[in-house]
Amino acid sequence: MAKVNEDLYFASDEQAKRYEAIRKIKLFFIYFALSIAALFTLVPFYWMLATSFKTLEEVQHVPATFFPVQPTIDNYMNVFNGSNSILIRYIGNTILVGVLTTILTVVTTILAAFAFSRLEFKGKDLIFSLLLATMMVPGEMMIMTNFTTVAQLNWLDSYQALIVPFGASVFYIFFLRQNFKQIPDELYYAAKVDGNSDFKYLFKVMIPIARPAIITVTILSMIGSWNAYIWPRTVSQGREMKLVTDGLMTLFQSDTGGETSHIMMAATTVVSLPLLIAFVCFKKYIMRGVARSGIKG
Amino acid sequence: MQDKEINFDCKVDFDGNLVTSKETKTSKKTPKKINDKKKKQNNKTAMLEWKKDGWKAVISLAPALLILLVFTFYPIVRTFIISFFPHYNYLDDSFGAFGVDSFTRVLSDPLFWRAMANTAIMVLVSVPLSIIIALLITVLLNSIKRLQGFFQVIFFLPYVTNGIAFGLVFATIFSPMDYGLINTLIHFFGGKSIAWTGTAETIPYWAGIFVITIYSIWNGLAFKILVFLSGLQGIDKQYYQAAQIDSTPKWRVFTKITVPLLSPMILYITITSLIGAFKSYSSIVALFGESMGNSQDRTFITAVGYIYRYFNDVTSGGSVTMLSRASAAALILFVFIMIITFVQMWANSKKVHY
Repeated sequence: MAKVNEDLYFASDEQAKRYEAIRKIKLFFIYFALSIAALFTLVPFYWMLATSFKTLEEVQHVPATFFPVQPTIDNYMNVFNGSNSILIRYIGNTILVGVLTTILTVVTTILAAFAFSRLEFKGKDLIFSLLLATMMVPGEMMIMTNFTTVAQLNWLDSYQALIVPFGASVFYIFFLRQNFKQIPDELYYAAKVDGNSDFKYLFKVMIPIARPAIITVTILSMIGSWNAYIWPRTVSQGREMKLVTDGLMTLFQSDTGGETSHIMMAATTVVSLPLLIAFVCFKKYIMRGVARSGIKG
Repeated sequence: MQDKEINFDCKVDFDGNLVTSKETKTSKKTPKKINDKKKKQNNKTAMLEWKKDGWKAVISLAPALLILLVFTFYPIVRTFIISFFPHYNYLDDSFGAFGVDSFTRVLSDPLFWRAMANTAIMVLVSVPLSIIIALLITVLLNSIKRLQGFFQVIFFLPYVTNGIAFGLVFATIFSPMDYGLINTLIHFFGGKSIAWTGTAETIPYWAGIFVITIYSIWNGLAFKILVFLSGLQGIDKQYYQAAQIDSTPKWRVFTKITVPLLSPMILYITITSLIGAFKSYSSIVALFGESMGNSQDRTFITAVGYIYRYFNDVTSGGSVTMLSRASAAALILFVFIMIITFVQMWANSKKVHY
């Protein structure tokens, strides 16, 4: 009796060989199909990079060249200290806004998730279901009144307008509450018996245990700030206060033909790289958070 | 999809006895005359505990609730109200007369129906197409061991991209000029250049829709594959082993085992993609400019694009009374999303095979 692996036995060597051959052919086709799909996914990334290293003549050359013939970093120089260097200011704005928004979000989220998972108080279920119900409401419902609110507060073209409205998120509260709920109650009794207060228990036990979930919230919130477009565009109309996505759009939207598409691609590379680096570093946390949420941008 | 929670929230009273909150709740609700001293004591400590938690709850909820009240709850109510006051002026905050004019104007606006038609095409073409492609890739991905993680990372990359940035990349790939990547390929096979993107009036409708479809498939695969893969890995291997023993053909295994057992994920993905189709905006702005097509026709306008078309009139100072119309359109979008969500809940309880 011929054996291929622990589970499979065949009547003859010949049959085993045939099985192996068929399996290999199948595997080849699977890898082939997956490679095609991966190629489809990667083409835009490649084209962005390739175009960003081309000269103007080469960008406008017919037919298009697949590899840059004379690679140049002039386009990046243009972004960093040429006519489009205001993009660097926008990146700075975005980092500042992103960091502050994230700090605010993480603090409000931890406290609220703690209240919903550990404390008992009147109206807890009612408040929580009201919060969940707002997740169904599209952001477009809020943006209009928020614009008038921010205008009345005289916050237009300010950092507050970009930070405060995103300082709390129902989804993150829900996400973290689920994590807090999974912490065994025994730890709480033990802490109580030792005479610790609820808040001490939160800081010494809950937060360290739920650290992966908090990291997920932090990263998703940073990515959200980096990709925000509609709200920043609405409240920052001056040239100085724009965030990176809106800045990218205003600098290059007039150009759909391709006069500056090599510079545009250098700019998009600069804007996209931080996200991709963040993804490579925090793959696990990002993918787990996203699988639960289904939200983007 | 959420995890089942145990409702027995335990607490420790001052004597160190365990008190389940369920117990205290029932004792609060039905004050039966029980002479059991201990029960009374429990009730008392539970009340004390509740009071003690009261101020803690206020402190820990205040920051989040304050922000959510001002920037989530209040706007929902106010936008709802504004949509019924067609002459609302945001500069002096004057409401004017009550009326449903904003809604009738939106519903009789050809531009609104163009937005709906575009959304419908996206729903009918790109949503099913991307779900089928994602399913196939996931099944293939799940059947290999080597390089699985590597492929998974590649397929996830589009998720962590900026919508505007990669909209601009696609606009470059599908450039209307002769030197665009796709037009170069068309020349290679002997065809003529096609005006794929931009704001020109000469963009063929099918070409624009084609670019939008390709972009949304490219962009949406990541999330779908992630959800399907985690679903597939949760399916009990015994089903497949049973099928293997019966030497069931692969196709039947796919349609009779994989798809039914994945149906909760498929439903979830369908709903999120439907809502996504209604809400697509920034990528189309990047492909076809702020006006989503040429400035007269706005050929590729979407549901959300329609809202912002009027809202931008307000923020750019063009018209102060358009806020009511934008609010009415937002309310209509909300109703659509609510209907889709309720259909999901209904289907979840009825049709989905677990």
